[in-house]
Amino acid sequence: MKVVYEKCLHCGCCVGSCKQNAIYLNDYVLEFNDSCNKCRRCIKICPVGALSLEGE
Amino acid sequence: MQSHECDIVVVGAGPGGSMAAKYAALGGLDVILIEKRAEIGAPLRCAEGVSKKWLEEIGVEPDPAWISAEMDGAIIVSPSGHTFKLDESHAGNEVGYVLERHLFDKALTEQAGKAGAKIWMRTGATGAIVEDGKLVGVHVNRMGEEMEIRAKCVVAADGFESQMARWAGLDTSLDLKDMDTCIQYRMANIDVESNYCEFVIGSAAPGGYIWIFPKGNGKANVGIGVQGTKCELGADPKVHLDRFIENDPRLNKGTVLEIIAGGVSTCPGLEEATADNLVVVGDAARMIDPITGGGICHACRAGMYAGKVLAECAKTGDFSKDALQPYEEMWRDRMEDKLWRNWMAKEKFATLSDEVLDNLVMAIKDSDIKEVNVYNLLKVIKEKYPEIVDEFESMI
Repeated sequence: MKVVYEKCLHCGCCVGSCKQNAIYLNDYVLEFNDSCNKCRRCIKICPVGALSLEGE
Repeated sequence: MQSHECDIVVVGAGPGGSMAAKYAALGGLDVILIEKRAEIGAPLRCAEGVSKKWLEEIGVEPDPAWISAEMDGAIIVSPSGHTFKLDESHAGNEVGYVLERHLFDKALTEQAGKAGAKIWMRTGATGAIVEDGKLVGVHVNRMGEEMEIRAKCVVAADGFESQMARWAGLDTSLDLKDMDTCIQYRMANIDVESNYCEFVIGSAAPGGYIWIFPKGNGKANVGIGVQGTKCELGADPKVHLDRFIENDPRLNKGTVLEIIAGGVSTCPGLEEATADNLVVVGDAARMIDPITGGGICHACRAGMYAGKVLAECAKTGDFSKDALQPYEEMWRDRMEDKLWRNWMAKEKFATLSDEVLDNLVMAIKDSDIKEVNVYNLLKVIKEKYPEIVDEFESMI
């Protein structure tokens, strides 16, 4: 996952939305683990549009 | 690696976690309350509007230090701009105070500390310690150092993210339709009514609503929640809120002092909020009202119940799921019916067109509603538009 940290407000929306529990909000940094299945839920619901898939 | 032992480890020092820690500590238990962040209550993730009555229920005295403004009522604005204004005598339970959450949260954590709980700041849970299939504590990172806290029971109070319960094996994940994604501006230099909470419904906020909660002195929390399934623009909450503010002459010359965001669950609450050696409270247990998005009062109640039940469990040393059942009974008795009813109402309202919502607001305006709360609003709708509530009319 690609994170635009200039947009991210560290709100945890993506973390709570993730069915795979694949995201950890380490204060100001989002960590994604291997269980991410690229379902795009976090991209869809990010209130500021800070997330996208790598290479897109 | 350092290892610490205690009776109860509480993950998250929001209102729910602090209340659980306080009541467990008052019951004589050795409690460690951990908070990932460097400051209790910050950054804010809340619109800060609450009713008044529940504070008494949880034994907390209202304190001007953490009350920004007292409300006289509420204004509901329909999609085409019809307004329904409720004065103090009709305002009921859904409005009351607009809090200063970063001070309110600190006050509750302070009470937990006074009761004897140890507060560990900058300490984030990173996983569950499970041995022989049994939850025995949490892995944490405390100021950069990995360590473990072993406890007889874990309280998962980690808010919307709700990771602790999932690490311990409970499924707290949400359907997209059962979550709202929110953004809020703390605004100054705006011209809004200083003692009325305003709710704007309809397509301005797809599946959710826009709120203007005054904080006094020309300031207000101006925010929006958008239903997860209705997000299609990228950054939907921000796009919709910016558009609303731009078109509102009261707001569009205002100053934004702070931008915050957050997620809100709009489902009926977890099917199971306990497991062996685990209690889940507040937002982590999905105890937010699906219509209003309010969750502080539920989190505080649930935290208090959890702390009291844990103190009872300690007498026998049994923190099994069976032993924790009194907690399930207490929170379900107090709030589950309402969560279910409002969830069904939300499911319906999220499908209504602006035209129907206009009619509903007009119907409410014409009614002689005495005390405004979700229940009474639904009763009026049931009289005028029974087809809208026919799927859950037995709950009204």
